[in-house]
Amino acid sequence: MKIDKSFCAVSIDKDKCKGCINCMKRCPTEAIRVRDGKAVIDYNRCVSCGECIRICQSKAKYATYDTMEMINDYKYKVALAAPSLLGQFPNISDPSIITNALKNIGFDDVFEVARGADLVSKLTQQRLNQADCPKPLISTACPVCVELILIRFHELTDNLIDVLPPLEISAKLAREEAIKKTGLNSSDIGVFFISPCPAKMASTKTGFYTEDCNVDGVISMSEVCLKLMHVQQNDVIIDQPIKASNLGVAWATSGGEVSNLSVGSFLAADGIENVVAVLKELESGKLKYIDYVELNACPGGCVGGVFNIENPFVSKSKIHTIRKYAMAGKKNTNDSINKISSFYKRNDEWKPINVFKLDEDFQVAFNKLQQVEQLVKELPGIDCGTCGAPSCRAFAEDVANGVVDISLCTRKEKK
Amino acid sequence: MDENTIKWSIDVDGCNFDTAGVASQSTKFKLKQLGLDNELSRRVAIAMYEGEINMVIHANGGVAEVEVFSDKIMVVLKDTGKGIADISLAMQEGYSTATEDIRDLGFGAGMGLPNMKRYSDNMEIITKVGEGTTVIMTFYMGNQSQQT
Repeated sequence: MKIDKSFCAVSIDKDKCKGCINCMKRCPTEAIRVRDGKAVIDYNRCVSCGECIRICQSKAKYATYDTMEMINDYKYKVALAAPSLLGQFPNISDPSIITNALKNIGFDDVFEVARGADLVSKLTQQRLNQADCPKPLISTACPVCVELILIRFHELTDNLIDVLPPLEISAKLAREEAIKKTGLNSSDIGVFFISPCPAKMASTKTGFYTEDCNVDGVISMSEVCLKLMHVQQNDVIIDQPIKASNLGVAWATSGGEVSNLSVGSFLAADGIENVVAVLKELESGKLKYIDYVELNACPGGCVGGVFNIENPFVSKSKIHTIRKYAMAGKKNTNDSINKISSFYKRNDEWKPINVFKLDEDFQVAFNKLQQVEQLVKELPGIDCGTCGAPSCRAFAEDVANGVVDISLCTRKEKK
Repeated sequence: MDENTIKWSIDVDGCNFDTAGVASQSTKFKLKQLGLDNELSRRVAIAMYEGEINMVIHANGGVAEVEVFSDKIMVVLKDTGKGIADISLAMQEGYSTATEDIRDLGFGAGMGLPNMKRYSDNMEIITKVGEGTTVIMTFYMGNQSQQT
């Protein structure tokens, strides 16, 4: 399956953009250029990580998400609550208050994505125990990291686990449960993910994990949190205690996923720059002794997603407290792997794509790279960004591609 | 030098295992920009990485030069280290002169040169004890049979 780039979760408000180069410098795939004083995104390279949203001082970057109103298009509305939701509120004694409060703002039912996470932990352990399991096995829970591998670290493609991520499995199960419970047609049931990040939005809209995606809409965590703030604790009827285990909830934070596995050695990296550094090490073959790799593009894990309202570290602390006290006894999930294995798996192999190719034709690409190498020698090499490219090398590539003129470099003669 | 080639060189830092791999990684990226297939760029990167590690362990660094032709890639790894006393011994799998300390770091398994030979289509070693070593590896485009 090709990566579908028809939908991208990050957009730029041209009126607000001041043309500073912060986002351009930060982008892990060099997808941003500043042209005529405004940032532009090359969507072929964008992995929806949200770094540019996080860094933008002018608030000119925004993420697309579905509105709460959309849930009214369906007779029966199910909320898929990301585990990071539990970290967004001031001291709460019982996490069930939060999940059940979703019913006070319009949802008919709530399915914890941490339940899907519990299942993925079990499935991952099964995979790791198999003799033909690639090592290290790499998590696919964070769509940003998967896409980064597919466009930039091609050799690691076969190391990606073939199990669907918690969100997709949760959505499938949530729909099944809802159909069973209500007797309604599938089309009358709306399954909505309360998301910590724009990347999950993009992954569901493009069918990144599965063409048969069961998520009908993605609503930002911040919008839902603001609505939940107005719900008084006393108004919440807790008819559904938390079903996930405290280990499933741990997936909200970096290191939570690997803590559920019994493997010889694992590695957990969070923050896009750290993820890139680890992927480089992995691709060079230095880390062959590691069994499992967890990657989260956001600092601290999903609690660091740009849709969260709470600081990731505060959020992490809250989730830790909830797991330790409110959910102390919940070490095991009530859910079991009771479906045929294809239910939990991707039905397609991951296919890498080369977005950095200078041209489809080898001879043209050859000439361009030759020109790039020559230009790099002539350019000042200070990566100042004044030309609108993140580095002198990226600028040289733009010149070779005929996108910009060499005269845009104002520092060239001063070398 | 053939006019119609692309050439670049990268210094390999002598005392740093962490930066070993920089030359092979940037080379691999450039080969991807050329649209060369993954298997070829992978072979080049693996062989080059082994060479980089060798230069760090045995020669206090050196220079990696890459030249891309229309039909092949040549990688020249030059150092001014201690040289190789017995090439046939050095080519034996498992033979290494690396110290215990290096082995403790997970290197020096004696697979460097054998792997470089395995992943390249042709390899030539020019060495003199006390003066240094130059390894020239050639990789042919459209030649997929060599990889193991």
